[in-house]
Amino acid sequence: MNWLVQNVGLVGELLLVHLALSVPAIILSFVIAIPIGYLAHRQRWARGVLLTLCGVLYAIPSLALFIALPAITGFGIRSPLNLVVALTLYGIAVMVRTAADAFDAVSPDTRLAATAVGYSAAGRFWAVELPLAGPVLIAGLRVVIVSTVSLVTVGAVIGVQSLGSLFTDGFQRGIVAEIVTGIVATMLLALVLDALSVVAGRLLLPWARRAAPGRRSSAQPVAVEAGEPA
Amino acid sequence: MNLFAEAIAWLFGPDNWAGPSGITARLLQHLVVSAVVLVIAAVIALPVGGVIGHTGRGKQLAVMVSGGLRALPTLGVLTLFGLWLGIGLRAPVLALVILAIPPLLAGAYAGFESVDRRTIDAARAMGMRETQIVGKVELPIGLPIVVGGIRSAALQVIATAMLAAYLADVGLGRFIFEGLKTRDYAQMLGASLLVILLALVVDGAFALVQRLVTPTGVRLARSARTGGEPARKRTPARRTITEGNPV
Repeated sequence: MNWLVQNVGLVGELLLVHLALSVPAIILSFVIAIPIGYLAHRQRWARGVLLTLCGVLYAIPSLALFIALPAITGFGIRSPLNLVVALTLYGIAVMVRTAADAFDAVSPDTRLAATAVGYSAAGRFWAVELPLAGPVLIAGLRVVIVSTVSLVTVGAVIGVQSLGSLFTDGFQRGIVAEIVTGIVATMLLALVLDALSVVAGRLLLPWARRAAPGRRSSAQPVAVEAGEPA
Repeated sequence: MNLFAEAIAWLFGPDNWAGPSGITARLLQHLVVSAVVLVIAAVIALPVGGVIGHTGRGKQLAVMVSGGLRALPTLGVLTLFGLWLGIGLRAPVLALVILAIPPLLAGAYAGFESVDRRTIDAARAMGMRETQIVGKVELPIGLPIVVGGIRSAALQVIATAMLAAYLADVGLGRFIFEGLKTRDYAQMLGASLLVILLALVVDGAFALVQRLVTPTGVRLARSARTGGEPARKRTPARRTITEGNPV
């Protein structure tokens, strides 16, 4: 506790840096994964290829990706951009499959009805499919948030500052309190961002919660499960 | 592309393979540590997960452990154990075991829980004993998901064993930390490519095992259902539990 009291400024600073690294990666991966997931949902051939690619990406150890990525992108290893690109790739790997599942879960009857009342393909996507896929997309986003916030810390060993620096610094100087502070702060940050995404989901998709107890339409069971903590 | 050429030249340099800190030795260390960790964690987590999935008791515990531990930053756990247990292999092994438990527990639990209750009732009605139900019904049907948990855990361990090199003189991660000090990017990239290859081979091998242990009946039932709505309904939520994070 003493350590924390004396270093509150440092922790706060690293917290902000951590936030600045993880939030862009989370948002970018979410936004990029949705069209890819939609493609995987629409095209059978694309599904296999895309999901396999995501599986391969997902299997790559983070430290190895952090080191190998600069050879392709040209960023420096210690550049925050390098870390954000790597984290975005991991986020996409996690999110694409969930996005494909989310669009799969939209009832075909609903889709047909939307077409029948005159929606164009694009209009149907924005006004019908995307909102109905929303609850599952949010569930996927929550997984991405937790994994990204935790992965940012790995960057500390290659010299990218974040809450993970508390681990490397604490280890080198033998301060247990510093490491514990880092672990707690990282988990709290993940928890707060997770809670924010749930609140955002409720605000943007009010019907998901209202419909939950009823279990009447076919889209609801998914909404119920998506609400459970991941 | 020049960078890759240099990395591959490093990988194929015969001098780099020999000796106590050569690629052969580091690769073996990496594999042995990962295997030992995986076995220890499996001995602990698989029976517990199986019992929870079989009885349905302690479900909350399984979900909490596998969900909560997932938010735990791996580097934090490693360095914490490093401080507590000192330099050497004990700290990384213990930390890796702890980090491998959630995916194994979740896989075993979800595998046993995935078996249709009607199938179990039918087995019981036919006169199967409890041990027979577990061994001849639940285990074979749930095995692909259990293996899926082992697959996630194996990837997690291989990846985190890279980080373990930060606190102990072990594994392929050493090349990266040495390379950072000496600014030898060819060595770092070469070692990274090697560990990526290792992870993909292990992932592919487990994918194959998963396919092999899927009972024919389960596969037929699944392919008969593809495209049908109900079969897909549960997938998003279930995968959230069984799959780990990238590490």
